Amino acid sequence: MSKTYYDPADLRKFSKITEWGEELGNKFFEYYGKVFEEGALTAREKSLIALAVAHTEQCPYCIDAYTKDGLQRGVTKEEMMEAIHVGAAIKSGATLVHGIQMMNKVNKLDG
Amino acid sequence: MIKLKTQSLQKKGSDLAQSNRQLEILSNGIFKNGELPTFKAKISETSQFPLKARKLEILQINVGYMCNQVCDHCHVDAGPDRKEIMTRDTMRQCLEVIKTSGAHTLDLTGGAPEMNPDFRWFVEEASKVGIKDFIVRSNLTIIRANKKYYDLPEFFKKHNVHVVSSMPHWTQGKTDKQRGDGVFAKSIKALQELNAVGYGMPDSDLKLDLVYNPSGAFLPGDQAAMEKDFKKALMEDFGIQFHSLFAITNLPIARFLDFLIASENYEDYMYQLVEAYNPTAVKNVMCTNTLSISWDGYLFDCDFNQMLELPVNSKSKHISEFNEEQLEGRDIVISQHCYGCTAGAGSSCQGVVA
Repeated sequence: MSKTYYDPADLRKFSKITEWGEELGNKFFEYYGKVFEEGALTAREKSLIALAVAHTEQCPYCIDAYTKDGLQRGVTKEEMMEAIHVGAAIKSGATLVHGIQMMNKVNKLDG
Repeated sequence: MIKLKTQSLQKKGSDLAQSNRQLEILSNGIFKNGELPTFKAKISETSQFPLKARKLEILQINVGYMCNQVCDHCHVDAGPDRKEIMTRDTMRQCLEVIKTSGAHTLDLTGGAPEMNPDFRWFVEEASKVGIKDFIVRSNLTIIRANKKYYDLPEFFKKHNVHVVSSMPHWTQGKTDKQRGDGVFAKSIKALQELNAVGYGMPDSDLKLDLVYNPSGAFLPGDQAAMEKDFKKALMEDFGIQFHSLFAITNLPIARFLDFLIASENYEDYMYQLVEAYNPTAVKNVMCTNTLSISWDGYLFDCDFNQMLELPVNSKSKHISEFNEEQLEGRDIVISQHCYGCTAGAGSSCQGVVA
């Protein structure tokens, strides 16, 4: 049993998930590859979205992968940090907006 | 004067200044214990070993390792402290070869080739030969380094030189981090001066191309997308135009190898290179149509092999005994650094190859 839950070396083994479920694994990677192709959004824009989501999902593998991917595409530190703030703002906004539910409940129960 | 980031590995007395130490690192560890296949094993999978030289198309001449910059990832380990400079006698021998060889491209590199005291004489003589594409790899800042270089744009124009220049990013921060404080501002000024005499303009025959290589332990992105981003940013911010962008992968030798080891990125970087291996790129790697000539006249399959002191596998080992027939069909000398030229879309001094 490894001493930590996450091992950076596991990221490069990602494709091995097909070994225990070839059809679904291959379909996933095909879909994944297609999603990141140049489309209405540029591959660079998609990379920044992925970086922001990687942070909101708090996925260490994805953070490593899309930080490197951004560097490869010439994305600057400033652009990366702004993208992460977008993710953080949505996360905190999503928490706070539930405050309305709390307020509604208080109003209903306690006038 | 540009603030120097560091001295060359050679000046510092680093053991990585020794080519045999670099080759030892590239052959041991993950390549010895079987974790990753050697380059020889990898190209053998697609029956591409031994890699053979085809007809000579490009003569790349390194006129010396002296440079006004000390860039972080320089594969030459160039700098102001390097004293290896091609003499006029060796240049004369090169001129004889240029006249008789079938190569269509002459590519002068360094160091900063302009710092060789016989650089202008050599360019004047070589331009008389009427070679189709005459490249000088200029680091740009040399044009602004000293008054004696201020007229270089006019000089290049006069001899119809194709200027190829390094530009790691369109922002100051990333450029100066890799190449030294003040490099970005001077490079921008030099590019504007090249534009002013006609270099890089859309319909101009005065070719100005830029070379992008990553600032750290990662591979270059898509060349076409990077070119688009560079063109947009340089035009919007500085009114600068250029023709093409060449995306070049950093090879794990010299100062880049030193950086990879010191930052504990070496194994990950080698994994990236091996995982991105593209057998199609192998067919067009530059060593198959290029010959690299060192400052002292020795022949190599490429500038990287020159720095690793891996001479050509041919009876013709020096410019004085140059024999194009003997050199054609020679087995290319390879090691694990070659993965750098076969990753993704491939990499060469002319950019992607696949």
